[in-house]
Amino acid sequence: MPRKTMIEAIREAMDVMMSRDGDVVVFGEDVGYFGGVFRATQGLQAKYGTSRCFDTPISELGIVGIAVGMAAYGLKPCVEIQFADYMYPAYDQIVSEAARLRYRSNGQFTCPLVVRMPTGGGIFGGQTHSQSPEALFTHVCGIKTVVPSNPRDAKGLLISAIEDPDPVIFLEPKRLYNGPFDGHHDRPVTPWSKHDLGEVDDGHFAIPLGRAAIRRQGTAVTILAYGTMVHVAETAAAETGIDAEIIDLRTLLPLDLDTIEASVRKTGRCVIVHEATLTSGFGAELCALVQTRCFYHLEAPIVRVAGWDTPYPHAQEWDYFPGPARIGRALIETLEA
Amino acid sequence: MPDSDLTHDTVIPQREAAQSTEPAPLKLHVPEPAVRPGGTPDFSNIRIPRAGQVDRPSVDVDAEAIRDLAFSVIRVLNRDGEAVGPWAGQLSDDELLEGLRHMMTLRAFDARMQMAQRQGKTSFYMQHMGEEAVSCAFRKALLPGDMNFPTYRQAGLLIAGGYSLVEMACQIYSNTHDPLKGRQLPVMYSSREHGFFSISGNLATQYIQAVGWAMASAIKNDTKIAVGWIGDGATAESDFHAALVFASTYRAPVVLNIVNNQWAISTFQGIARGGSGTFAARGLGFGIPALRVDGNDYLAVHAVAKWACERARRNLGPTLIEHVTYRVGAHSTSDDPAGYRPKTESEAWPLGDPVIRLKNHLIVRGAWSEERQKQAEAEIMDTVIAAQKEAESHGTLHSPQHASAHDMFEGVFSEMPPHLRRQRQEAGV
Repeated sequence: MPRKTMIEAIREAMDVMMSRDGDVVVFGEDVGYFGGVFRATQGLQAKYGTSRCFDTPISELGIVGIAVGMAAYGLKPCVEIQFADYMYPAYDQIVSEAARLRYRSNGQFTCPLVVRMPTGGGIFGGQTHSQSPEALFTHVCGIKTVVPSNPRDAKGLLISAIEDPDPVIFLEPKRLYNGPFDGHHDRPVTPWSKHDLGEVDDGHFAIPLGRAAIRRQGTAVTILAYGTMVHVAETAAAETGIDAEIIDLRTLLPLDLDTIEASVRKTGRCVIVHEATLTSGFGAELCALVQTRCFYHLEAPIVRVAGWDTPYPHAQEWDYFPGPARIGRALIETLEA
Repeated sequence: MPDSDLTHDTVIPQREAAQSTEPAPLKLHVPEPAVRPGGTPDFSNIRIPRAGQVDRPSVDVDAEAIRDLAFSVIRVLNRDGEAVGPWAGQLSDDELLEGLRHMMTLRAFDARMQMAQRQGKTSFYMQHMGEEAVSCAFRKALLPGDMNFPTYRQAGLLIAGGYSLVEMACQIYSNTHDPLKGRQLPVMYSSREHGFFSISGNLATQYIQAVGWAMASAIKNDTKIAVGWIGDGATAESDFHAALVFASTYRAPVVLNIVNNQWAISTFQGIARGGSGTFAARGLGFGIPALRVDGNDYLAVHAVAKWACERARRNLGPTLIEHVTYRVGAHSTSDDPAGYRPKTESEAWPLGDPVIRLKNHLIVRGAWSEERQKQAEAEIMDTVIAAQKEAESHGTLHSPQHASAHDMFEGVFSEMPPHLRRQRQEAGV
């Protein structure tokens, strides 16, 4: 099977959907002629024309605002916000408009819209190119939030997101675009061409939203992770030799609670990992759900490993980032509790 | 210099220190309306051109060539009730009588619903008094399939579009027949079938969406156009500016309306307008043809709407229209204008009442009379009361018959996800 980078997989998903469905349109800042600052839309304008893939003014509010209007008309916009850190001007259009249109109009108008955003750090992007705002979306009623961790999932999940009748926030961990990141920034990058999950089928295939994947079977402790942290957690398990079960959530909302519950009931221990800041992060929701569902199976307190509650720093990036060492310590702490 | 009519704050800050070597300390300029409660209403600084004075350019005109239209006021009906000038002569007696009936229906419906709110049958209401011509006349320039992105003060689009008064009242009452299942604040209607986009209640968000809808129509090589609506106050929102940027860049087939009714709740229009001569003038920097129209003149609103819609339909791009009107009533049932403007200000408003002006015109045309007006008022009120009663037979907000709690969980997503299913079970509904 062909191996592809995450960018190639994402581009293929849009390409496949644009060729299958004339209502799919793609736009954003630098998205048209140039093909996007991460090259996710490269070639799409040349292939589908300027009315289906085009550059926009620098207005995130405008990008999502016109997308809501287009979706209400009947198109299926798949738009790019250049960095998730730039989405705040569009937040009202996402929260008050896209998310609620079906509900408030009792289904007269719907909003089949995908907002793609590169998310997370690890590229020395400082506080405006590194944030992980997923909890700001999972807290909103009426949108789905997806965070893929590899090229195969990225393609299958993005196809599902474009086909979904409701708005989907598609957060792309930018540190994973070119290869799985093991959490050691000082080591050479492994390319996706050397990773099994870099194998991506050509053509159309969908991975349903709302289903997690077990990346590593284990019995000692359950690690809940998504995006970049799935790979960092794998490193932590390997380096500590702990037989962890690693669940890649893939979709944060709707959440695959059944898979989580089955795993924690089996292991009796749970470590939650995300790159976003700790307080009121998505880990807090996971923690609450796990303790409610699995309280009598828990052998130890649930532990969260997350970004510190500071703005994402520049020079101190690797002090901020919850790397394999911190996750490893949490695993040991959980097992010794 | 363009007319700076309708500006209450045309006083230019004194350059006190112009002659001295050291500038005086800085002072913050906060615009104030000319008159506050207790004062005598004064619109003497408003310059209103005589009806018929403003040219009617061809629809393919360059925005540059009609800059003056952003500072004047297009008017058709003169003081004697005659339709004059190049924007006149487009509507038949029957069409005008229908327009009169729409405005009177809206006014009667407002009166009844306002009272229903006071009687505790619903939580909230917003009336249109004084602004009826804007939405009623504009609607008649649209074709089936066109889409309005309205604010909460354009119910005339629904009434003139043939929407059912019963359904409107059911929405206001959040009863068992509410087409929106009790999910929306009263008057936040939605009817795709009638070209009326779901009202958000958040200001200005719909303006950029109208541009997106219009772009989609162009992408699909369709023939439909979109119409955006916004109030004078909400033009300060970023959505307004984004809408003008995108409409300008992509020459979207959209008509962008600003309804300048002078008041944003308690804040006079000068706070949003700032140093801009008029709201319409904001379009000029974007190269968008911008016109001002007498919003209390049914014929003028209709003529300008036709002109702008034709531009959109011919792929000539967007048009910005400022409707100059006056909000006679309160912003909503939650505020009292006596707290922020003279009580008699509405009587001093120089553009008159849209219903009376159209009635007088029809009488001048020989198509109507005061007697028939009285008769029509009674008939219309009967129709409205009958619709209200029918709606009330399906319940009101606090009656036992109201929208069901079961429906609260429906429609958040196309398919209900597991967590909502669990919550509905827990709620026991």
